[in-house]
Amino acid sequence: MSTARALINVPATARRGDIIDIKALISHEMETGFRRTQLGVPIPRDIITQFVCTYNGAEIFRAEFHPAIAANPFLAFSTIATESGTIAFHWTGDNGFSATESAAISVA
Amino acid sequence: MSARADNRAAAALRALGIAAWLTVLAQAAPASEIPLPERRSGYAFMRAETRAMQDDDSANPGMLWVLDGDRLWNAKAGAAARACADCHGDARMSMRGVAARYPAYDAARARPVNLQQRINLCRSEHQQAQPLASESRDLLALAAYVGRQSRGLPIAPEVDERAKPFLEAGRAAFQRRQGQLNLSCAQCHDDNWDRRLAGNAITQAHPNGYPIYRLEWQGLGSLQRRLRNCLVGTRTQAYDYGDAELVNLELFLMWRARGMILETPAVRP
Repeated sequence: MSTARALINVPATARRGDIIDIKALISHEMETGFRRTQLGVPIPRDIITQFVCTYNGAEIFRAEFHPAIAANPFLAFSTIATESGTIAFHWTGDNGFSATESAAISVA
Repeated sequence: MSARADNRAAAALRALGIAAWLTVLAQAAPASEIPLPERRSGYAFMRAETRAMQDDDSANPGMLWVLDGDRLWNAKAGAAARACADCHGDARMSMRGVAARYPAYDAARARPVNLQQRINLCRSEHQQAQPLASESRDLLALAAYVGRQSRGLPIAPEVDERAKPFLEAGRAAFQRRQGQLNLSCAQCHDDNWDRRLAGNAITQAHPNGYPIYRLEWQGLGSLQRRLRNCLVGTRTQAYDYGDAELVNLELFLMWRARGMILETPAVRP
């Protein structure tokens, strides 16, 4: 398990049918693999490659990351509040990187 | 004209443009300080997207360091096995307004120290721990966490008689022409802050959001890192981190920004 820091923003409450905004920010160097040290040795690629967001287990958003994505990648997207439950976030990447966060949402 | 000749002509024109600009600078009237009501935060020069990034705590990457700092504040360190919180308690109360006062005069050292130096002095004296390296993630995280507690407060450096010579030394450094381009800080940041250099806003250089998340750095950095960038930009031999010259300059810049609102952790382009 990594020690990556993540910041997520999900509304705590929503009405059924509302469009809700979700934001996810995670700390990661996103080393492209194209850079070299001063001695000319290539710096190996170390990036997040995939992000998945699930709502009560069902996938609602997925993104693939590539070397051109900035450090500390930030994603914002929306979904429709359908039921109370858990919105979970999962990032995976090079060198076995894995980070998970979740937030509870109550839908009335 | 071939594409290559085009490029050459464009490069020549660019060189002429830069030369002309430097000539304007060389002939400009002596530096005059910006009147207090006309001071503007770097925030005012940013595009809407960058402002939105700073304003939203869940989009501001600087908050990742603040989160780390929160953990470090409560973590025991050093031979004394004490955490910052063991002496200072809840930072939200005890550190409120502290970052707005630094650099502050330290009687034992008979000179001003900046916030990062204060954190390291606390580590070596009270925690009996190794000082954290300049620009290390942990030091920046603690500085961002302490700085965050002063967000929204006015910058209020306490410059008493003892600190005054250091403030004046900082002012002199700000106005001193130096480096291969023979430029002073004031020539850009007092006299030409409303113009652009290589397409970027010059800005007034107020240190009201450090440590900042700089998009160009893809990370958090201190005011000294920014000052060293500027020194390299004018082709000046940059001072080392923690050098007294840089702390004097920090003190002058904070005094120059007195009363402006602290934005730590700010986002800058």
